[in-house]
Amino acid sequence: MDQKKDITILGIESSCDETAAAVVVNGRKVLSNEISSQIDIHTLYGGVVPEIASRKHTERINQVIRAAMETAGKSFDDLDAIAVTCGPGLVGALLIGVSAAKGLAFGTGKTLIGVHHIEGHISANFIAAPELTPPFICLVVSGGHTHLVLVRDYGEYVILGRTRDDAAGEAFDKVARAIGLGYPGGPKIDKAAKEGNPHAIEFPRGKVAGSEYDFTFSGIKSSVLNYLNRMDMKGEKINVNDVAASFQQAVVDVLVGHAMAAVENINNGNFDGIPDGPMRKPIDKTADSGAVGKMASAGGTASDRRDGNVNANGESTADLLRRTLAGKKITKFALAGGVASNSALRAQMKEACEKRGLSFYCPPPILCTDNAAMIGCAAYYEFLKGRRSGYDLNAMPNLRLGESVYEQ
Amino acid sequence: MKIFAIEASGPVCGAAVMDGDVLVADYNILYKKTHSQSLVPMMDEVSKMVELDLKTVDAVALTKGPGSFTGVRIGTATAKGLGLALGKPLIPVPTVDAIAYNLYGTGSGRVICPIMDARRSQVYTGIYCFEEDTERFAVLHEQCVVEIEKIASELNSLGKQVIFLGDGVPVYRDRIAELMRVPYTFAPSHLSRQRAGTVAALAMQYWRERGDQCFVDADAFRPEYLRLSQAERERAAGIDTSQTIHRE
Repeated sequence: MDQKKDITILGIESSCDETAAAVVVNGRKVLSNEISSQIDIHTLYGGVVPEIASRKHTERINQVIRAAMETAGKSFDDLDAIAVTCGPGLVGALLIGVSAAKGLAFGTGKTLIGVHHIEGHISANFIAAPELTPPFICLVVSGGHTHLVLVRDYGEYVILGRTRDDAAGEAFDKVARAIGLGYPGGPKIDKAAKEGNPHAIEFPRGKVAGSEYDFTFSGIKSSVLNYLNRMDMKGEKINVNDVAASFQQAVVDVLVGHAMAAVENINNGNFDGIPDGPMRKPIDKTADSGAVGKMASAGGTASDRRDGNVNANGESTADLLRRTLAGKKITKFALAGGVASNSALRAQMKEACEKRGLSFYCPPPILCTDNAAMIGCAAYYEFLKGRRSGYDLNAMPNLRLGESVYEQ
Repeated sequence: MKIFAIEASGPVCGAAVMDGDVLVADYNILYKKTHSQSLVPMMDEVSKMVELDLKTVDAVALTKGPGSFTGVRIGTATAKGLGLALGKPLIPVPTVDAIAYNLYGTGSGRVICPIMDARRSQVYTGIYCFEEDTERFAVLHEQCVVEIEKIASELNSLGKQVIFLGDGVPVYRDRIAELMRVPYTFAPSHLSRQRAGTVAALAMQYWRERGDQCFVDADAFRPEYLRLSQAERERAAGIDTSQTIHRE
């Protein structure tokens, strides 16, 4: 019998304040998922302190990896690859996972695969829903990221929209601090909002001029701060639960609104709102400038855009999507990232999807928070494509989604 | 006894292999601060050049700090990963000791004083000598972080000739001239910075003196920064850090 060999990957994640390691078989079967959180320490400081995060990762990294291997019942010899988050994130924090993974890969002779943190978050859906396959649209929302992405294929993405200022989770943290709920803001606002009226105060739903899918949250945040100021000047007490609920509703409205607009437009054959991206150049400095990029994307720096406003083969993003979908419609929508644990966002996105006949996917909270199982999953699909990293793999704090981290 | 040594605590990135009394490989670069990209490729290169079977390595030596926080951690995390892979312990060496150990044969008439630029008007430093008769490497003042004035005054009170070295020399050369009341010299460039080979040699010396006592479990090892993070310092001083901490 032709039995295909299982691919076993150790994933390592240290991009922010969670030290994590996991063993994943064939991308979807999680044998272990160890997470060592530093939240208690950072709570003392009202936010993640990068230097402290780096120090704690250094202290915990081996124990977490060892625990993941032991829980999985695997030895290093059983591994096909060692995968690690190489960006984006806090550079000092990323470096711990990357350095440990490289030391481990060098010592074991195993293949090394650098993984994009957001690709990891998206991939968490493959673990939670074994039947899920691309294409689908995914909203990635976390403390550091807000991306609306069309997943064309495994490891192939088109960014439809992204935040122009604060990440959604960042806005939660800032507002939570302002109304005295403290850190971390996401779960605390979620909890308070359950006791409040989401329409007590109508905070503006921010829009980005000239972009249908990009997000802005600094306006919502500012109007909350202005409201607090006004109330303070008038000597009136605020209802914390109402502010939390109203702020949360404004953010959720924007997220759901943009996401559903994208699905509807694309399914109506309207690709106008999707910006052409720069031609993706591999990071490898030795590669020639004509190298074919991995994906098209909006955003990037001014110099990126000068590289060419079309995807590989001279194809526009709209044409690329037309070719990908080949007349078929988007029927699946997924949430990912830490803010995907927000109960209002989950409930309202689910409702919006069901109303439109879309299958809705959202990983359980343990796979929404930063974890390494998602890194092992994303790495599996890179592994199948033959993508490998060298021992010169670096931490890339500003790595963009889809930017190649592999030697070409 | 075979030791694989790595150095990334400061401006130098390096890898070395020591087998018994023989320093088989010693590869160092002092070029930009790209240790995260250079270190493991250098380790790989060294291994290939001397056909090292990693399974024969008995311990992984490294400088345990102080130094660049990030550099110390790159070395530490890499050493931990390697130690975990091989199932072998670490031999951590104080960074300042490892710089001092570049020199030899000072006798009791002279002392060695490495200085590393620690910013904020301070240096990472210590005082060392090789004893007159035994040539034993002696730590007269353990590594610490102090103002240059403080270490200069201590050296003056010892009354012995001083050999300065380390990356703090170019930063403090003029200040040293102003402060020193005893004769002093500066080590030549090939001996004046961290070297992976020296880390290996000092680790081997520890093993000869203490045997397995010099081993530290790779999982449990923590670097010595000699300094708290800025947030911890501010918090200890009663400053509200919630306004200064941002996600990056």
